Order: sequence, then C-alpha cells, then structure tokens
Amino acid sequence: MNDFTAIPDYGLSWLEASGDHADIVLSTRVRLARNLQGHAFGPRARVNDRESVLKAFKAAVERTDSLAGSSLLLMPDVAPRARKILLERRLVTRDLLGDADGSPPLGTAVQLSSRDPVSVMVNEEDHLRVQSLLSGLRIEEAWRLVDRLDEDLGRELPYAYHNEFGFLTSCPTNVGSGLRASVFMHLPGLVLTKEIGKVLQGLGQVGLTFRGLYGEGSEVVGNFFQVSNQTTLGKTEEDLIDHLDRIVRQVIQYELHARQVLLRDARGVTEDKIWRAYGLLRYARSLSFEELMNLLSGVRLGLSLKLLPGLRVYTLNKMMIFTQPAHLEQAAGHDLPPPESDAHRAAYVRRILATEGEISGDDSGPGDPPSPTGSNGR
Amino acid sequence: MSKHVCENCGSKEAVMRLTQIVNNEMSTHHLCEVCAAEKGIESPPEAANFPLTDFLSQMGEERGEAESEPDLDCSFCGLKYSDFRAAGRLGCPHCYETFEVPLRRLLRRIHGGVQHVGKVYLPPDPTASALEKRLEGLRRKLRRAVGGEDFEQAAELRDQIQSLEVARPV
Repeated sequence: MNDFTAIPDYGLSWLEASGDHADIVLSTRVRLARNLQGHAFGPRARVNDRESVLKAFKAAVERTDSLAGSSLLLMPDVAPRARKILLERRLVTRDLLGDADGSPPLGTAVQLSSRDPVSVMVNEEDHLRVQSLLSGLRIEEAWRLVDRLDEDLGRELPYAYHNEFGFLTSCPTNVGSGLRASVFMHLPGLVLTKEIGKVLQGLGQVGLTFRGLYGEGSEVVGNFFQVSNQTTLGKTEEDLIDHLDRIVRQVIQYELHARQVLLRDARGVTEDKIWRAYGLLRYARSLSFEELMNLLSGVRLGLSLKLLPGLRVYTLNKMMIFTQPAHLEQAAGHDLPPPESDAHRAAYVRRILATEGEISGDDSGPGDPPSPTGSNGR
Repeated sequence: MSKHVCENCGSKEAVMRLTQIVNNEMSTHHLCEVCAAEKGIESPPEAANFPLTDFLSQMGEERGEAESEPDLDCSFCGLKYSDFRAAGRLGCPHCYETFEVPLRRLLRRIHGGVQHVGKVYLPPDPTASALEKRLEGLRRKLRRAVGGEDFEQAAELRDQIQSLEVARPV
C-alpha cells in the first residue's frame, strides 16, 4: 500500500488539540529504539542487512495483533512529494529518507497503524524506531502505546539486548531503555519576558534537553520547543517519563506565570502584537513558513489569553501542518517554487481564517474585558 | 561487576574498573570514584547540549591518549574505534563487546551510570536470572497500574506474571 495520498489524514490525529494543556503543549511523542541481533546498525548496514531486517519485521507484524490493519510504506516506492508529506507530519525523519535528492535506501520503510497513533520506522539509524505521537500533554498514554507495541514485536523479533547495557543502539546516547520522550511546547511568555534562557539552562541541569520543531539540529522557530529526556540508561522507563512529565508541568506553570506578568505589565503591547499577528495572517498575500510560524505564535498566545475569541487550537495546529511546502504542493497539484509557495501559503491561511477564525476586532477599546467564550480547543 | 575495594586508597568501594594495556601487557585496576577522578580518568556525568562527536574528541584530548590507544576493530562489522570516535555511531550490537572498556567509560559520562534497569527483554530461551529480572519489571508495572487504577492493564500484567512464574525453573 504505497498510495499514501489516498489517506490524507494519516498521522494527524494529534492536531485535534485534545489532552492536557493543548494550547501550550501541541503534542507528545515517545519512541523506542530497537535493533535486531546479527545485523549491522543503520549507518553501516548493507542492502542485505536492511532487507533481512525488513523481512523479519514484516513477518513479525503479521503475527502482531496491535498492528492489524496497519500499512507498510516502502520508502523507495513512495513518490517524492508523499515522502516529504510524511516528513512534514513527523511520521518519518530525514535520516530515513537518505539524501535529499536521491531515492531512499532499499529496505527503508514506515509501518503506520490505522487504529492507534503509533508507527514504526524500519532501517533508520536503528533497525526499528517504535513511536507514538499524541495531542497535548499525554506522556504516560504515549508510553503505554509504544510499550505495548514493543512487547508484541519483542516476542517475535530477536532484539539486540545486553544484560548490563540494555537495548543496544547505534548511538550510545540511546542505549539502555532506547526511550526518548519529547513534548512539543509553545513558550512565548517565557521568551517575551526573557526568562526562557534560565528555563532552558535549568532543563540541562535536570537531565532534559531541548530542540526546535524538527528534532536534532533544527532551529527554534516561533517560540516552539521540543523538550525531551537526555539520558536513556540507568533509569526505568517509568522514571524517565515521570521525570519529564513533572518538569514539563513546572515549565507550564512558569509559562502561565510569565503570561500573567505580560498581561499585568505590558497588556497594551501584548494585545497589539497579537492583533497585528492576526491581521497579517488574515490579509497577507505572501508568507514564508518561518514568518507564518512566528505569526501563529502570536495568535496562539492570543487564543490562550482569551484575547481572540472564536479561534480554536485545532485551526492553528492545522495551519502549521498544511502550510508546509509539500502539503501546499499536494493541494495545488504541482510543484511550487518558493515565491509561489509563499503565495499559496498566505492564500490557504486567509481561507482557513475566513471560515474558521473570523474575528471582529473593532469592538473592544482599551481596557475592555476580553470575552471569556469560545477560546478553548475543540 | 563484583564488589572490590579501591586499590588506590584501600578504603572506599571501587566503582570502576580500569583496564590498561602497557607494552602488550593487560592489567586491570579497581578504583573508587574519588581516586579515579584524581587520576583524571573520570569526572561526573555532564548533561550538555553539544554533539556526541565533540564530546568524544574532547574526551580523548582530556586524557591525552587518543593517539597512543590501540585502535580496536569489531570482528563482526569491521568498525574501528577511531571511526566510532569520528562519527559517534557504533556499527553493530557486537561493537558493544569489542569496545566494552572505553564504552563503559563513555556511557558513564553520558548517562551517569552503565546498568540498564528498565524493561528486560526475554530471548526465546531465557536464563533464570533474566526471567527473574523480567518478573521484577512486570511487578513494578503492575504496582503502577494498580496505583493508577488502570485495572485492565493490571489484569493483563497479572496474567503475564503468572505465565512467567509457571515457566520459571524452580
């Protein structure tokens, strides 16, 4: 089943904006890195290693109830644009796709469940990357989903496991539990009050780390941060996820406090920023993805502060995904070089805001109380 | 690792094993954390946001022995330790045995410890101690499920525990 475009909503259940603190925490991801005995790891794997791994995985999937009805996409068979769409939906990584211009290596694949928000990348840096992606702050639930799938697969597959070091991985920073739990957060309050540096530094001191939108090495855009555990060995999986959950809830409290400070000390400026962001999104004729992310950050803050009644978190989440280059090309039906892409992006945003986010901003003068209605997620 | 007293101070418990190869003679020393640190072998784990390869090359420089260490290579995948230091990725599961000594040191610095305490993977023909560890882990999960009032999961875990207990050699 390689016609991925027939299933446009694949992997997007996390957009729904359910789960705790969905306005601040966009999504939660938990992944486990697993390898099979007797084969070189991804970077050193030969074609026959990758094909054996894929074959063993396919056989295991057939005997795994939790993957009944799921689909396997073989990366070399997936059309280039559909591959980019998978990447933009964070269902695959750049590593899995190989060189940007060439075809992905033989044997690379992703298994997508149709029942649960879980997927398995095959022949990435590690032979298997079992992952779950959920809306809002739901670390425990995401862990349960991957744990169950991992148990099922582990009964069928000869995992590379060491009595002392645990699950063996290509990179020593993943060895042990192989678990990386990450929470994708929107922290404009901490950025605007210039408290973010302290918070990020604090994360390092408690064994957590942060990244931008697309994982390792990517830049922070639009005040969006991915916070995850740094170490994987020497703690139980439950301790790792509990620790992340506890710290993330603390960061949420700091963020909420920072937002109160903004409203108290700089209400006028804050409101102006938010309405300007909304106005640009609502009427601009050309938007780069980076500009869009920065404007969405402002609007998202406005929504959280109940300054933009009528907007839903779901609408904003959707705009982040469907305005990425490959998604715009898919909608247009042809390739879009950057200037055209920026125009399509702006047009998409105007259309969505006209139907799902029309707000009249004329009726509240300085100091009027904001409307308390309609600013929650779906 | 069985318990040893530090060979240097003779008082504290040895927490690391130092294997040295000098003139083709291998010797093993057991040291406590303090004495090891004094010898410049170990420092506390660092939680930092910089790439592993920088970390690896820095480790070599600190100890000043990157050049003098024999460059082991993995008999299964052919990876040399110097390749690992350059790329930060191991080649295959067997590399963990080939490079066990330097890796142990590295893992301690990255993770703060080297003993996996999470999920226990059971191969098709598990040893008694693997079974025991696996059972321990399942019981821990069961307590958590009961604490969280997730009785459906608790029931599943109880079944798993019972089936393993039956399989366990007495």
